[in-house]
Amino acid sequence: MSATAENYRGYNFAYLDEQTKRMIRRAILKAIAIPGYQVPFASREMPMPYGWGTGGVQVTAAILGPDDILKVIDQGADDTTNAVSIRQFFEKTAGVQTTTETGKATIIQTRHRIPEATLQDHQVLVYQVPIPEPLRFLEPRETETRTMHALAEYGLMHVKLYEDIAQHGHIAKTYDYPVLVAERYVMAPSPIPKFDNPKMHQSGALQLFGAGREKRIYAIPPHTEVVSLDFEDHPFEPTKFTEPCALCGALDSYLDEVITDDKGGRMFVCSDTHHCESRRAEGHVGALGTPITPVTEAAE
Amino acid sequence: MYVAVKGGERAIANAHRLLDHERRGDRAVPELSPTQIDEQLALAVDRVMSEGSLYDRGLAALAIKQARGDLIEAIFLVRAYRTTLPRFGYSNPVDTGRMAIRRRISATYKDLPGGQVLGPTFDYTHRLIDFALAAEREVAEPLTAPVGPDTETPRVTDMIANDDLIERNLKTDETKPVGDLTRDPLAFPADRDLRLQNLARGDEGFLLALGYSTQRGYGRNHPFVGEIRMGEVEIELEIPELGLTASLGAVTLTECQMVNQFKGSLTEPARFTRGYGLSFGHCERRAMSMALVDRALRAKEFGEERKGPAQDEEFVLSHSDNVQSTGFVEHLKLPHYVDFQAELALLRQMRSEFEARQASSHPEAAE
Amino acid sequence: MTIAQGFAEPVREQQRTFRAVMDALSRPTAPTPYSSSLGKAGPLQANAYAIALTLLDFEVSYHLAPSLAEAERHLTFQTGSRRVNDAGQAQFAFIDLRHDPLDLAAYAQGEPDYPDRSTTVVALCDGAPESKKLVCRGPGIAASSTLSVPGLPADFVDQWQANGTRAPLGIDLLFVMPEAIIGLPRSTRIFGEAR
Repeated sequence: MSATAENYRGYNFAYLDEQTKRMIRRAILKAIAIPGYQVPFASREMPMPYGWGTGGVQVTAAILGPDDILKVIDQGADDTTNAVSIRQFFEKTAGVQTTTETGKATIIQTRHRIPEATLQDHQVLVYQVPIPEPLRFLEPRETETRTMHALAEYGLMHVKLYEDIAQHGHIAKTYDYPVLVAERYVMAPSPIPKFDNPKMHQSGALQLFGAGREKRIYAIPPHTEVVSLDFEDHPFEPTKFTEPCALCGALDSYLDEVITDDKGGRMFVCSDTHHCESRRAEGHVGALGTPITPVTEAAE
Repeated sequence: MYVAVKGGERAIANAHRLLDHERRGDRAVPELSPTQIDEQLALAVDRVMSEGSLYDRGLAALAIKQARGDLIEAIFLVRAYRTTLPRFGYSNPVDTGRMAIRRRISATYKDLPGGQVLGPTFDYTHRLIDFALAAEREVAEPLTAPVGPDTETPRVTDMIANDDLIERNLKTDETKPVGDLTRDPLAFPADRDLRLQNLARGDEGFLLALGYSTQRGYGRNHPFVGEIRMGEVEIELEIPELGLTASLGAVTLTECQMVNQFKGSLTEPARFTRGYGLSFGHCERRAMSMALVDRALRAKEFGEERKGPAQDEEFVLSHSDNVQSTGFVEHLKLPHYVDFQAELALLRQMRSEFEARQASSHPEAAE
Repeated sequence: MTIAQGFAEPVREQQRTFRAVMDALSRPTAPTPYSSSLGKAGPLQANAYAIALTLLDFEVSYHLAPSLAEAERHLTFQTGSRRVNDAGQAQFAFIDLRHDPLDLAAYAQGEPDYPDRSTTVVALCDGAPESKKLVCRGPGIAASSTLSVPGLPADFVDQWQANGTRAPLGIDLLFVMPEAIIGLPRSTRIFGEAR
């Protein structure tokens, strides 16, 4: 790997050139000043595919400093391949310290999840966003959706959600569930499960959203009101799990379903791997878990 | 016993190593050099340069080698490299009227000043597999003809314009900078400069399909190939500090000027309209497709009803870029199990509610 | 006349300056500690100069209030940014509250489709203690907080109220002091003086 590190020497700190960082930084400041509004920015081609986190990577690269401690997760886990790949990218190009510990990180880049641990005021959560426009599934045209946002004309969204209730008895959106930010803009929370939506509300951390392919940046400042859209007779309900994590016994975390055989065998484990590991380290043991021993490899 | 999957880092490193092995193939077969790709797969290089938006034959050839011949992957490599290059300045607009022509054909005139020059074209080859090519064989030197120093090859559209029978090219507003979608995010409606830039780097297959659709009635615009020309054009840079114009060298370009459906009004005499295509290298198919789509996208300007996808600016410009589209289509293979789990949970809930309803309406069936 | 020095370590210092500005705007009214490593650029105090170097380049233009006009040659040389005379055309504006009248309505307010096309105003103030405290609420503020900036014009609360009525359009303010930055984005509302 040292040969690769050598090859990166020709690039600027955190890969992006300073001019690009300035452009992104300006967009971030506007995004913070207009919570939930999607600021267009001149997204660059990154050395990873569009749709794989180029927006999040550009935002992280623009804010990252040598003293930051970076955590990267995908599906809640630090060890999923794309999270590993992005973490390696910043290790190589910025030489920053990385961590899997949620509490230690100053910047957390994520795809699809918000960590279970409550985020603190000194932290920044950077989301990778595929489709930043919450109205896109109702109206494919940017020229139309932009006008809807300008007029705060969100009736169509409510109609769609209510149609779901009429048809299915439920709002059929289980992830990327739209929210209203600071009583003004309807915003796509990136496809996090709606389980995570309440964590965005009044979070201590600054939340930044980067959509590289769609060239948009938006933000939720800390301590900002974020409300999941709903109706009086059908209030918003986050997904609930009926059983605890099989490894750590957590009752309040988001679970991944793991298929264990082809005869209907399955188990549920925490999606947030750090959350699960730290609980097990504290001595919590789930139905199928084993107490953590110092040598984790021996768990086989 | 279930153990959470670990070792992503090692898996990635091993996958890269395996990929490198597959790229190389059988070690007993001589390794391909970028020079060979540049010389013998030159049209692949041309496409990668066009859609990669970077004129560098050696780099495009290397990208093709690294991408194992996957041209969209090679285009992506070139684009990602291009982004890191600093900009020193902006060249003067190239003058294709002064092109050193290697190929030039017109479908609108039988003969014309400068003549019809077939050049290196597949057009009249019979598409029969040449089995002799499987082995090395002698290739005859091409024939040449003397070119007089005064041989002028004026552009066909300029000749039509001399008779005032084709729309004048729009006067450029000197005070307005030419748009650049790599520096400013695309906003709609987009002006023609941005549209042409978008099409010039657009996916060839996408442009081809859209161009074809206009011919089949989805936004017909009655095209004639006024001219296709291919050859070398000087790139010149103005250096105001030194008060001189420096030549940076020559690039190969293919230009297609379509002459389309005429347009007139009570106040304006009828004239043909234009569709324009330009590409790095010898990329005739893409230059022609681009010209068809350019014209189709001008529907609003000419007050035409927009009914074909090729006339829909937002649709065309948002989906033309294959680096974007391949990234997003392929991102579906990344893990999505968190969101899938959310869907599963709701689906199961709806199912159990459904079953409860069924059971309560047919209590005996539940026995 | 020499040009003021730029950052000795631009990559690092621009990042540090940006984070201070980002923090300030994310947590309106709370002073974010910041002291730049620079000297003054003509009439422009060091911290404001650092913000200029961090955010300006040839892609944007800036406006200077009369008392800061002398800063032009430094900023133009160091950033490649263009000075404009019409405040309504500038992405960034610099004003010294001790010398220049503040008129928020004169700056670019953004457009309904693009509220981001507005001016960010960098307002210089001294670090003198200020006893007047304005109660503020809005995104970035847990419950409520107080804004305390020396040298605000007498009609500031009215101007800010008017700015708020244009939301989501409007301008964002950065108050720059010798040792701190205070952000006041358009989303912050003032609810009178604290007693």
